[in-house]
Amino acid sequence: MNILNHIDAFFGDSAHWQGYDGIPTRLLEHLQYTLMALAMAAAVGLPVGLITGHTGRGGNALALVATAARALPSFGLMVLMFILIGLGMAPVMIPLVVLAVPPILVTTYEAMRSVDPAPVDAARGMGMAEAEVLLRVEVPMALPLILSGLRTAAIQIVSTATIAAYVSFGGLGRYIIDGLYQKDYEKTVGGAALVAVLALATLGLFWALGRLTVSPGVRRRG
Amino acid sequence: MNGLFDLPSDLQNTYWGLVGLHLREALLPVLAGLLLSLPLAQLCVRLRWLYPPVLWVTTVLYAVPSLAFFVVLIDYTGLSELTVMIPLAVYSLVVLIPAIVDGVRSVPQETLAAATAMGFGPVRRYLQVQLPIAAPAIIAGLRVACASSISLVSVGMLIGNAGALGNMLNSGLIYNQPRLIWLSVLGTAVLALLVDAVLIGLRIWVTPWMPRGSRATSLAVKAGAR
Repeated sequence: MNILNHIDAFFGDSAHWQGYDGIPTRLLEHLQYTLMALAMAAAVGLPVGLITGHTGRGGNALALVATAARALPSFGLMVLMFILIGLGMAPVMIPLVVLAVPPILVTTYEAMRSVDPAPVDAARGMGMAEAEVLLRVEVPMALPLILSGLRTAAIQIVSTATIAAYVSFGGLGRYIIDGLYQKDYEKTVGGAALVAVLALATLGLFWALGRLTVSPGVRRRG
Repeated sequence: MNGLFDLPSDLQNTYWGLVGLHLREALLPVLAGLLLSLPLAQLCVRLRWLYPPVLWVTTVLYAVPSLAFFVVLIDYTGLSELTVMIPLAVYSLVVLIPAIVDGVRSVPQETLAAATAMGFGPVRRYLQVQLPIAAPAIIAGLRVACASSISLVSVGMLIGNAGALGNMLNSGLIYNQPRLIWLSVLGTAVLALLVDAVLIGLRIWVTPWMPRGSRATSLAVKAGAR
């Protein structure tokens, strides 16, 4: 139960709870990276996914873009951006957004494609405009899958934002990386535990979000 | 003056040596994941109640960040390749299990009935009917698993230079040689695309009856949609 001892020692040390290197500060930094990157990725991925999914065109191009984006290694990209741009938000954001766009894009597209065509036709038959069909019929029906895409993206961002610490940024990765360099295993494991808990909390948040926003009529198992 | 692919001596490897190492560290875990998820998925197909909990467990494990996973494993497996490979194998389950389950479930009942009527036992039916029909879905899952695995190996650099091509990132920063970082990033990306191309080729080879194009693309999109 080595790990548990480390975790206990890390969280028990009151020095870890205050100052610029305290847990609250690092947690806020981490959340800031995550929310910014997720917002940017959603701003790119959601509209494109919704429109391609609605029209049913561009699926091939989409798969191609997603494959290419997946091929780029986030960690390497971050280091590359760091040497090209230097300190600043961009070297952190670019790799995280590149990482998060494929799951959002691809899931949104697939979600829209898998909407039952019968209610969509019915909505058109009732005289709904195309934008109304999209927003009031297709999106609510596709919402569970769209949310699962956002969830995957959010978890990947939370997880990957840790490596920002390697190129001298903040966030919870600081504990892991500093701990590794200082051979302070307690700190490393404590940081790892914090990130894992944050990722699980994200999972829980999306579960709750699904409960709140998905109409009971289209709720699926799981 | 350095040749393009010359590496600093502290990496103790050639560029192509690192490429080989990267492939091994990324693909062995996916292979292990595949061997693990084939029986698991079959269980999930047989016992329907088992599928949701299995999905939950894999999703929760997937939520553990790779760096955190590596760090915790150091205590047990040391600063080694194994420490990098275990989490990657676990991650591949998240994509592979649903892909295989969906693939096997998509086999029409009539086809299964026909196979049974022809005297196929359950094992032969699985190997010769269900698996080939599920192959496109399985390969679509493998494509996503391989791409993310190849990308994540680089992070292994942080735990004692176990990141293959990712190890060059550190040297690039220390010696202020952007060339090394470019070589690392582009090398990893090209590797991911090549492996993807090989898997697409494999799919075309194992499913000669399928029309090229639409359905296969939609499967690839679907597997990415997790």
